[in-house]
Amino acid sequence: MTELEAGAPTGLQRTRPLSPHLQIYKPTLTMVMSIVHRITGAALYFGMLLLAWWLTAAATGPNAYANVEWFMGSLIGQLVLFGYTWALLHHMLGGIRHLIWDTIHGLEPAEREMLTLATLIGSITLTLILWVVGYLVMGGPR
Amino acid sequence: MSPIQPMTTPMRRVRGLGAARSGTRHFWYQRITSVSGIPLTIGLLLIITALLGRSHAAVVQILGSPIVAITVLLFIVNTAYHMWIGMQEIILDYVHEEKWKLLSLMANTFFVFVVSLASIYALLKLSFGV
Repeated sequence: MTELEAGAPTGLQRTRPLSPHLQIYKPTLTMVMSIVHRITGAALYFGMLLLAWWLTAAATGPNAYANVEWFMGSLIGQLVLFGYTWALLHHMLGGIRHLIWDTIHGLEPAEREMLTLATLIGSITLTLILWVVGYLVMGGPR
Repeated sequence: MSPIQPMTTPMRRVRGLGAARSGTRHFWYQRITSVSGIPLTIGLLLIITALLGRSHAAVVQILGSPIVAITVLLFIVNTAYHMWIGMQEIILDYVHEEKWKLLSLMANTFFVFVVSLASIYALLKLSFGV
């Protein structure tokens, strides 16, 4: 009887080997982006409070709406909104990547790296474009 | 094999089981709501961009117009279901203790209902006045 044999009635408590968890692996881009997809999803979950606040304030009246505008216009508000925009776009592009993978396409090493990098670059680029457009719209004739 | 034989067939046990006592339906609906979420998210972003810096009166008028209100309503209903499934998946992955699992699954449902119904109510009020 070998020592590794399972279920051996030795009467002693033996420490059994555990399967390796995340921390033993070297982080790769696809792995990090998978985690980021979940984190952005969770952030957007709570970010829906902002949308609900904005809509209920608009429905309540000018004073309530002015409060939302004040907060959104503040430095913290702008940072939150910028993060929200990026999280939304990143989660959307990451979702498209997962939908592509669901069809068993783009799973070769080079392809999946390319898709993942495209998600990251795409989300940052789109966020910046949207914010530049946003500021141009704000500065335009209103 | 336990001495007490289960009264359900293996197929019956496979169906409708899982950590949340449900099968692959959520996996599939998460895919459906992610596909519909793409155009709706783009629509929402366009609407918000168009509303930036406008007065309260203008925002009320635009948000209450049918095409805009319908787009935002669809976004909220779609997102409500998507985020409910997503958060449930996160909870089931990390919360293993039965009591806390149950409580956080309940909190997830409450949160989604409060946030989405508040948004829907606001949009309907903006649409129909009163």
